[in-house]
Amino acid sequence: MKIAVCIKQVPNSEARLRLSRDGRWLDEEDLPFIVNESDEYALEEGLRLAERTGGEVVAFSLGPERVREALRKALALGAARAVHLADPAFAGGDALATGRALAAALAREAFDLVLTGSQSDDAGFGATASIIAGHLGWPHVWLVMGVELEPAAGPPASAKVTREMESGVNEVSRVALPAVLAIQAGINHPRYASLKGIMQAKKKEIAVVSPADLGLDPAELGAAGSRLEVLSVAFPPAGEGAQILEGDPKTAAAALVQKLRQEARVL
Amino acid sequence: MPELDGQAGQAGQGGQPGGGRRIWIVPQLRDGRVMRASWEALAAAGRLAAALAASAPSTRTVPTVPTVSPLPITAVLLGSGLDAAARELAQRGLAAVLVADHPALAAYTPGAWIGVLAPAIGAERPDYVLFPHTYQTVDFVPRLAQRTGSGLLPEVTGFAPAAAATGSPDGAATNAAGAGGEAAGDGLVWTRPVLGGKLQARVRVRGAGTVLVSVQSGSFPADALPAAAADGDAKLQPLPVDPAQARPDREVLGYEEAAAQQVDLTKAGIIVAVGRGVGGADKLGPIEELARALGAEIGASRPVIDSGWLPRERQIGSSGQTVSPRLYIAAGISGAIQHLVGMKGSAVIVAINKDPSAPIFTVARYGLVGDLHELVPALTAAVKAAQN
Repeated sequence: MKIAVCIKQVPNSEARLRLSRDGRWLDEEDLPFIVNESDEYALEEGLRLAERTGGEVVAFSLGPERVREALRKALALGAARAVHLADPAFAGGDALATGRALAAALAREAFDLVLTGSQSDDAGFGATASIIAGHLGWPHVWLVMGVELEPAAGPPASAKVTREMESGVNEVSRVALPAVLAIQAGINHPRYASLKGIMQAKKKEIAVVSPADLGLDPAELGAAGSRLEVLSVAFPPAGEGAQILEGDPKTAAAALVQKLRQEARVL
Repeated sequence: MPELDGQAGQAGQGGQPGGGRRIWIVPQLRDGRVMRASWEALAAAGRLAAALAASAPSTRTVPTVPTVSPLPITAVLLGSGLDAAARELAQRGLAAVLVADHPALAAYTPGAWIGVLAPAIGAERPDYVLFPHTYQTVDFVPRLAQRTGSGLLPEVTGFAPAAAATGSPDGAATNAAGAGGEAAGDGLVWTRPVLGGKLQARVRVRGAGTVLVSVQSGSFPADALPAAAADGDAKLQPLPVDPAQARPDREVLGYEEAAAQQVDLTKAGIIVAVGRGVGGADKLGPIEELARALGAEIGASRPVIDSGWLPRERQIGSSGQTVSPRLYIAAGISGAIQHLVGMKGSAVIVAINKDPSAPIFTVARYGLVGDLHELVPALTAAVKAAQN
């Protein structure tokens, strides 16, 4: 079974965040980047399904030069090769422009399954899987908490998919393959890269593709091809409404208990 | 910004409020009833209509405030057996309710929903289509945008005319657009959370054509909606369903409980909730001691559950339980919006976090900034001291 996994590199939001000078995004100098959390689960799910069916995983990512680090990680974890959509024309796209580019890259090969994470931890659109599926004309499911290939033996023709819904209920459905699945964090326990895997990754191929390779007009990609435009970002008003109780832990805790008893009257 | 309150109730005959622009809303139902999040999306649609009317060019012969209802909003209802929900919506002072009632729509699938909505949007080309920002919306609306060539604006929490919007100097931001493309023409600037709510982005939509917008719950209070008014009856119109187009693309086999709900956190008076910041399952001891001292239940945000530190039945947030205790203590929870929607109805919220800019502090009444591994035991000691 041939499986594509789309991964995104995102800022590590645990790091100290500073806004860029134009105020439109973060200052990326010294900003650490990591593989998006749910994408790690998607990659693990892809590797498990490939191992079970004797197939392979190809990792895809769109972004600047630094994205190669994320693809290297996917290769170290077990992906056979990687495809890097690397061109300034891809940059700054909204979900529709980015989905258009990824779908065109995916369509160049015959995949049985395309996996993505459910949502990026930065832009948070949650839209890539469903847009890719629209371009490819395949079924898709968002927020997947379980994948069972059918039939269990032989080449899979469909997948039984558990989708998370609100209020602790899951939907179980069957989709024909090929399909696009957006994987929810928590579906599995992602593996760690082995030393052997890291060494092997250095010899694996990262193919670089441009808009021309995909037959796409740069005008329909990236910021130029997006209707959504970010004007600025800002931190939410710090501690809006929250009284911060100062002092060493003992003093602050005592002040809090007094407030809870006498001001809020909840203790 | 003009408020919807008290306007839509005065149903009458009017011209084209909303600056001649057309707004659709696609409510989501649960058990045959309109979900609360859908009413909030309708409240957002009402405010959007008012804002667009106010920003319409003065040369147009339209009222600047839509005091002449019905609001220029059309609801589109999909499902099977929709009489009750359609009646409920028809009394809310809308221009029309389009009802796609068909056995093929008995269960939601993206294929069926897009098969009905895409031709309707293609034929009528509304300016905006609003959806509640639910898991179902995220499942199919991006693909609907792709199919219909519409813009996609997910998870908005607010909007304002560009001139009134705050943040970085507005002229500078607008002039720096650079990338080409004209503004949508209505001059609206929308807000939506990024980086899990650590930052708020101001965005605008460029170019012409329909925009599909999903509205984050809790951002547009449904209380602002006028009460159902008999004289505000919207025209119910059947929306034809072509089963050849509205084809399910997944075979729904059934629904199952995600976790045995042995712990009902909704009944708890006090909840001590932990987030990723606690650092591991082996570090939960002091949290348990605090909960014991307070007689509280323990809850958790999603990363704690995904890491296996606590069972899923203790998850609070959009995919877990929604709680509103009298006291909610959030320790090591940064406050991603998915968590906030599950607890921000709590009477008093205390946030304990090392990062003073964490979004959890925006909903908290009291905050302790620092290392929770020092603050939580100190709080336990203070609680015990106060009890003696």
